[in-house]
Amino acid sequence: MNKEPILKIEDLCVDFKTRTGSVRVLHHINLSVKAGESIGIVGESGCGKSMTALATMQLIPTPPGLISEGSVLLKGDDLLKLNEIQMRDVRGNEISMIFQEPMTSLNPVFKIGMQISENIIRHQGKTKKEAQELSVAMMRAVKIPGAARLIKRYPHELSGGMRQRVMIAMALSCQPSVLIADEPTTALDVTVQAQIFDLLRDVQQDMGTAIILITHDMGVIAENTQRVVVMYAGHKFEEGPVDEIIHHPKHPYTRGLIRCTPHLKKNMEHEREELSEIPGIVPDLSRLDGLCPFRPRCSEKRRQCDEQMPQEIQTGDGHFVCCWAAGEDQ
Amino acid sequence: MSESPLLEVENLCTYFRLSKSHPFGRSRTVFAVDDVSFRVSRGTTFGIVGESGCGKSTTAMSILRLIKPTSGSVRFDGNDVLKLDPKPLRRLRSRMQLIFQDPYSSLNPRATAGNIVAAPLKTHNIGSRQQHHERVSELFSRVGLRPEQQTAFPHQFSGGQRQRISIARALATDPELIVCDEPVSALDVAIQAQVLNLLIRLQRELNLTYLFISHDMGVIQHMCDEVVVLYLGKIVEQADRNSLFSHPLHPYTWSLLSAVPSIYSDADSLKQRVKLKGDPPSPIDPPPGCRFAQRCPFADTSKHCYSKMPLLRIIKGQHKVACHRVSEEGVAPQDIHTI
Ligand SMILES: Nc1ncnc2c1ncn2[C@@H]1O[C@H](COP(=O)(O)OP(=O)(O)OP(=O)(O)O)[C@@H](O)[C@H]1O
Ligand SMILES: Nc1ncnc2c1ncn2[C@@H]1O[C@H](COP(=O)(O)OP(=O)(O)OP(=O)(O)O)[C@@H](O)[C@H]1O
Ligand code: SF4
Ligand SMILES: [Mg+2]
Ligand SMILES: [Mg+2]
Repeated sequence: MNKEPILKIEDLCVDFKTRTGSVRVLHHINLSVKAGESIGIVGESGCGKSMTALATMQLIPTPPGLISEGSVLLKGDDLLKLNEIQMRDVRGNEISMIFQEPMTSLNPVFKIGMQISENIIRHQGKTKKEAQELSVAMMRAVKIPGAARLIKRYPHELSGGMRQRVMIAMALSCQPSVLIADEPTTALDVTVQAQIFDLLRDVQQDMGTAIILITHDMGVIAENTQRVVVMYAGHKFEEGPVDEIIHHPKHPYTRGLIRCTPHLKKNMEHEREELSEIPGIVPDLSRLDGLCPFRPRCSEKRRQCDEQMPQEIQTGDGHFVCCWAAGEDQ
Repeated sequence: MSESPLLEVENLCTYFRLSKSHPFGRSRTVFAVDDVSFRVSRGTTFGIVGESGCGKSTTAMSILRLIKPTSGSVRFDGNDVLKLDPKPLRRLRSRMQLIFQDPYSSLNPRATAGNIVAAPLKTHNIGSRQQHHERVSELFSRVGLRPEQQTAFPHQFSGGQRQRISIARALATDPELIVCDEPVSALDVAIQAQVLNLLIRLQRELNLTYLFISHDMGVIQHMCDEVVVLYLGKIVEQADRNSLFSHPLHPYTWSLLSAVPSIYSDADSLKQRVKLKGDPPSPIDPPPGCRFAQRCPFADTSKHCYSKMPLLRIIKGQHKVACHRVSEEGVAPQDIHTI
């Protein structure tokens, strides 16, 4: 498993211009994913999960947004050096993205068959007929029943689960090497969610796609990824193998995130205990002070925390954490 | 358990007639809530769980008479809610309040937080201006908001704080029952924990009764003493928290629980995961027989699954299930068959 990563994000910083000045929404993010691997990104709303994905795809609205530092290496080539026309060849072809709400990326006025074919024609130079056949095959691959009939339907005529499948079919139609799934099941019922994750797992096995899964659900992370990145207020706080992160989290925020969720328990022996809380709320990104942004909510804060931002340290095999408290435990 | 229940719902049905698609078309009916009965004891939390569109909100709104039910009865502390005249109904309403899912749209954007919380006192003509003022201050500190925040407007609060405002508003008239319709679904997990802990603390302090709606099995398990599982407008299973989660009887409950992604699952439990096919069907003119039959791994023609509607029956203690294939002794199909 010592393959080179297929996608490598290095030192990525994103700033946004606002009325009151420039706000940094991503602070020196590093992450990478190998072929056939699934990594997860978790964190509370606004922590920069989608922004990381959008920056990778160069879909950040510029202005007001700007990638101010860093690189995004796909198979060694820096995507940030490509122009928009070159980038269009990458999107939907080398890297695809599926979003939480399929209707944001499906065009309501075109039949779904056409929307899938269009992607194939654009990137693979197939004829209309070939593309159509491939679309049906793709829809069968994502287990859409009656695919041949369904290509003539419009997006709004499908259920939420079906629309998400169409999105996946579209995203995979050119066999991308990297698939970014941004909360792909948040709008779906759990029974349908389970089907979608099964599907993604199968596809990954068949095609060796690298998957970056964005979610706020630790259960989803536990079951569907091998490695996790925990983000907070635009910072990467912790990264590690999924079992390590869930059972031996090193960062106080990761610990809080896991303990504050009422995870479904199969055995009901013990009486219910109070959920542990992370007090307070996430900080305003325009008011960060260059120190650890979790400081005001942290129960393990110490002297150094008020003096200097902690550096990322390695605490185990592939396990990295950015916290003064974690450093002292060692 | 001799005390009478606070809320008794009997054979509640709420159907929506849909307009015909063309003049000679068949008229179609949504069976949103179909013959639902349950009782809620004082001081407990009663959960309603199920997937989107199964009728959770319609049940809640029907109980509060915010939607007109088609038939059935709702008794609150002995009063027949559905038959009350407007005046006594208003008085009763001050004793049952509602908290919504969306802390953004459920608060008037042009009113200050203090006025939002005081509004029910004004509507129900409770107390003087001075008393309103004192009550609002007390409520603010109860739900963990600072007194000076009374003058701020909803957009100046975070999602969790807005939900605290809705909770304070619901508490204003000193109600006995609070219907919580997905109260934490729109909140981040960290904020979710704060609100759930607050609800539990308030229940203990004020002896509140909750009708608690959620689609999140983990939240339901954490919060509820007793639970009903709805599927397409019907109760498929009802039990106390312990029985339901340790031995779900209905194949739907069982597969729903098995589908929940968990940090506790391992390779084995993933392999054993039940996979339901398809989407939940539409509650418009459902076919005869068990409403779950189309997706049920155990549906069996010889057991009438496709032809006869299974009745909700008592299996053990207060554990009830509506499934032809659960035996009288409480053996569920998933206990003996592998799929
Ligand atoms: N146009 C903008 N100007 C300033 N800040 C912005 C702008 N767009 C986004 N942001 C900020 O960037 C941060 C990162 O947002 P992002 O969408 O990545 O969050 P997220 O982790 O995906 O959250 P969620 O779970 O809600 O999807 C947020 O705090 C947001 O407020
Ligand atoms: N006014 C209405 N007219 C027609 N159908 C309706 C109406 N209100 C609700 N329905 C239908 O009744 C069914 C039950 O809806 P309800 O809102 O009670 O579901 P729910 O369980 O609360 O779902 P969710 O989890 O999505 O909130 C749905 O199929 C819905 O489309
Ligand atoms: S660095 Fe300090 S304040 Fe930040 S999380 Fe670690 S202990 Fe808490
Ligand atoms: Mg996002
Ligand atoms: Mg609802």
